[in-house]
Amino acid sequence: MTRISVKVDGTAYQDEVEPRLLLVHYLRDRLGLTGTPIGCDTSNCGACTVDLDGVSVKSCSVLAVQADGSDVATVQGLARDGQWTGLQRAFHEGHALQCGYCTPGMLMAARDLLRENPHPSADEVRHALEGNLCRCTGYQNIVRAVLAASEQEVTT
Amino acid sequence: MTGQEIGRARLRKEDARLLTGQTNWTDNISVGGLLHLAILRSPMAHARVDRVDVTPALERPGVVAAFSGADLAGGLGSLPCAWPVTEDIVLPDHPPIAVDEVRHAGDPVAVVAARDRYAAADALEAVEVDYTPLPPVLDLEAALAENAPLVHADKGTNRCYDWPLRAGEDFASVRRRADVTVKRRYHQQRLIPNAMEPRAVVVVPVAASDEYTVYSSTQIPHILRVMLAVVTGVPEHKLRVIAPDVGGGFGSKLQVYGEEAIALAVARRTGRPVKWTESRSEGYLATHHGRGMIQDIEIAATRDGTVLGLKADLLVDMGAYLMLVTPGIPILGAFMYPGIYKMGSYELNVTGVFTTRTPTDAYRGAGRPEATYAIERIMDELAVELALDPVELRRRNWIRHEEFPYTTIAGLTYDSGNYEAATDKALALFGYDKLRAEQADRNERGDGVRLGIGVSTYTEMCGLAPSRVLRDLRYAAGGWEAASVRVLPTGKVEVVTGTSPHGQGHVTCWSQIAADVLGVPFEDVEVVHGDTRAAPQGMDTYGSRSLVVGGTAVHHAATKVVERARKVAAHLLEASERDLEFTDGVFSVKGSPDARRTLQEIAFETFSSHDLPDGMEPTINAGHVLDPDTFSYPHGTHLCAVEVDTETGHTRIRSYVCVDDVGRVVNPPIVEGQVHGGLAQGIAQALFEEAVYDDEGNLVSGTPADYLVPSAPDLPEFVTDRTETPATSNPLGVKGVGEAGTIAATPAVVGAVVDALRPLGVHDIRMPCTPERVWRAVREASR
Repeated sequence: MTRISVKVDGTAYQDEVEPRLLLVHYLRDRLGLTGTPIGCDTSNCGACTVDLDGVSVKSCSVLAVQADGSDVATVQGLARDGQWTGLQRAFHEGHALQCGYCTPGMLMAARDLLRENPHPSADEVRHALEGNLCRCTGYQNIVRAVLAASEQEVTT
Repeated sequence: MTGQEIGRARLRKEDARLLTGQTNWTDNISVGGLLHLAILRSPMAHARVDRVDVTPALERPGVVAAFSGADLAGGLGSLPCAWPVTEDIVLPDHPPIAVDEVRHAGDPVAVVAARDRYAAADALEAVEVDYTPLPPVLDLEAALAENAPLVHADKGTNRCYDWPLRAGEDFASVRRRADVTVKRRYHQQRLIPNAMEPRAVVVVPVAASDEYTVYSSTQIPHILRVMLAVVTGVPEHKLRVIAPDVGGGFGSKLQVYGEEAIALAVARRTGRPVKWTESRSEGYLATHHGRGMIQDIEIAATRDGTVLGLKADLLVDMGAYLMLVTPGIPILGAFMYPGIYKMGSYELNVTGVFTTRTPTDAYRGAGRPEATYAIERIMDELAVELALDPVELRRRNWIRHEEFPYTTIAGLTYDSGNYEAATDKALALFGYDKLRAEQADRNERGDGVRLGIGVSTYTEMCGLAPSRVLRDLRYAAGGWEAASVRVLPTGKVEVVTGTSPHGQGHVTCWSQIAADVLGVPFEDVEVVHGDTRAAPQGMDTYGSRSLVVGGTAVHHAATKVVERARKVAAHLLEASERDLEFTDGVFSVKGSPDARRTLQEIAFETFSSHDLPDGMEPTINAGHVLDPDTFSYPHGTHLCAVEVDTETGHTRIRSYVCVDDVGRVVNPPIVEGQVHGGLAQGIAQALFEEAVYDDEGNLVSGTPADYLVPSAPDLPEFVTDRTETPATSNPLGVKGVGEAGTIAATPAVVGAVVDALRPLGVHDIRMPCTPERVWRAVREASR
């Protein structure tokens, strides 16, 4: 067992974890932060994407011990005081989700893109979301929602 | 109907939870004492199970229980097949967990229950199993040969059933008098569903009452409850099934899975709550696959392009076992091969074949994409044979707008449609003539990148299904759907639906329907679903039936509420019911606008029940169980332009235009979104996806790294539009939309790829049209 301290969505946690424990399982099973779902076991789908010290990562590909000392942001920390971010609003208004299972990962990956490239082209959005699979929307409304959020110059 | 909700682009009520991670997926559910299950699966396609010893697993840390198939066999019956399509169908036993033989890679052989998921997974390694390999059965034609190795030795054959359909003139005589006949073989590759949420089940025993709450990522909580009772022997009234938030299904969760029965059995044996969640790679082996069919298609026509008849012989891969509706899937398609075309002869035979592969069952369109692919592709080939434009050939044969209602050669009566309008609109949006000119130019120049154009004019059959039709097709259950509408004392409304959504936006759409009928605000309506206690009656969600059958049931139930409220209003206003108008939720007396009562007021009056009409039951709440009279038939025209690089074999979709007619639209963005998602799958079958097995029966495309689910850069921007020809069979005029894109897109895209390469001598490419297949086709043609 290894001792870790992490901050998740602004709250500090200290835990003893097995070195092999994946970050996504730490978030879900240990902290009860089930807003981040698991879609695959090969890091292909991106559903579990979170933000680790300002970089979007697939939390199934990171060990909890690697997150020691880090700041983790999940979908559950996006809204502040009940106010959604511009991306969340754009997804809602643009019908960019159906079953919603991929949505946390899509939001976190799109947030990362807009931070690096606040005004991407449609092609740039598509490429940035290449590691996030969706089976419901055909991606079109997701791409449009990210563009809409970028046009509002929303800082997420 | 009084309101303005239907047709309005309401934002979804469902979204808030999903956008903020406040979700209730089955895997999120946790209770005290929970045990995690891990399932050991066969590494072989076919083998005798000589010995399973789980005792070493029991010594591993955290393990609480472990069972072999034999350990659980006493409490578990065969998994059900509810659609024995013929009287003499071969129905093999299907144990939820194998006892003495495994029949596909991934067949379960043992289960371990441990205190956490890592411990459970670890302990699988300690289970000892001895197998004696048996020959795999993989080739559909070879499987039917005499002396072929058998998937189910006790049945003496791999032939599951033969199902013939003959209509009109004998095809053999049509063939003799036809000017032209075209015959092709098409392969419908197996697809792996890949709903984003993996399957999961949680079973919670309710202490001291021998009851169980089963949470499952299922499309069919109601059907699952019945079937789990049958399979496990737990009485139905002691089972409560809840489908919480469900992350997509696409037919793959229209199933009664072995794991659900195993979880219930283990919860029963241990007295502890248990959870099983599949890994994606495990799901590839254990969750049913879609398609899996060889189609031999022949079409006969006159020189002027009049189609005379169609013959279709289907060899269908059932996989190793019959799941809930496996044999029925090609039967659903059987009626759709003639598509939207008039013809005087139709002959079809379906042969179901057992193989040692993962079972197949309903997936995104379920039989109808296969049918549409065959007819649309053979129409393209016929057009080439006749030197006609493929759109023109279709025009010469389709049912004209003024001919509806029209009974097709397959015996279906299409109520309404306007193929001309949808096609003309699509051609204009697409710029068909201009693209054809560019194509000719590129061909003339011998351009290395060729342009191809594909067209698909499809119809589908939604609104599953009239119960008497299902009886005639030997399906075990009915096709009705239930709804009830409760107006609470404060005037808020609860709609209870038997449909069970997983991304389709039922809560929003059903709210719109109820709000319109009742004249109450959209925000005042809540929709209850997916829990057999809270929504006790239903037939669930699949086959684009929810809106047509379930939504219409909501409409009828709400209409009954208004009629009951009208009686109360008439009593309170001392007027005759005939003299009452009902507008925007208010009853008023004609000519006396001040004499009025709102529906909310009447709800409270009924709650107090101090002053109701004599003899009236003190409620205005009402339910309705709707058994539809007929199916509904959405249709549309899809056009695809591709650029195919003849050097690399790479296909790029340059433009995709579709005009769908799904009848009246309740919520336009939801309809558009459903079309987009369907297109993604239709294109994926054409270009990307295939479950590949090796000669031993191992699933080679066994992880998402080996099975290409398209991501955002793989797909184009779609141009979608609509025409609106209301259904005549329901008061809403709705037709269903969930599978439209999937059904239409595959032939349009493959048609475009073949069209691009035809000048080079390529006349067909087997799906998916990967760069390698395209490259090889070009090379072989130029030899």
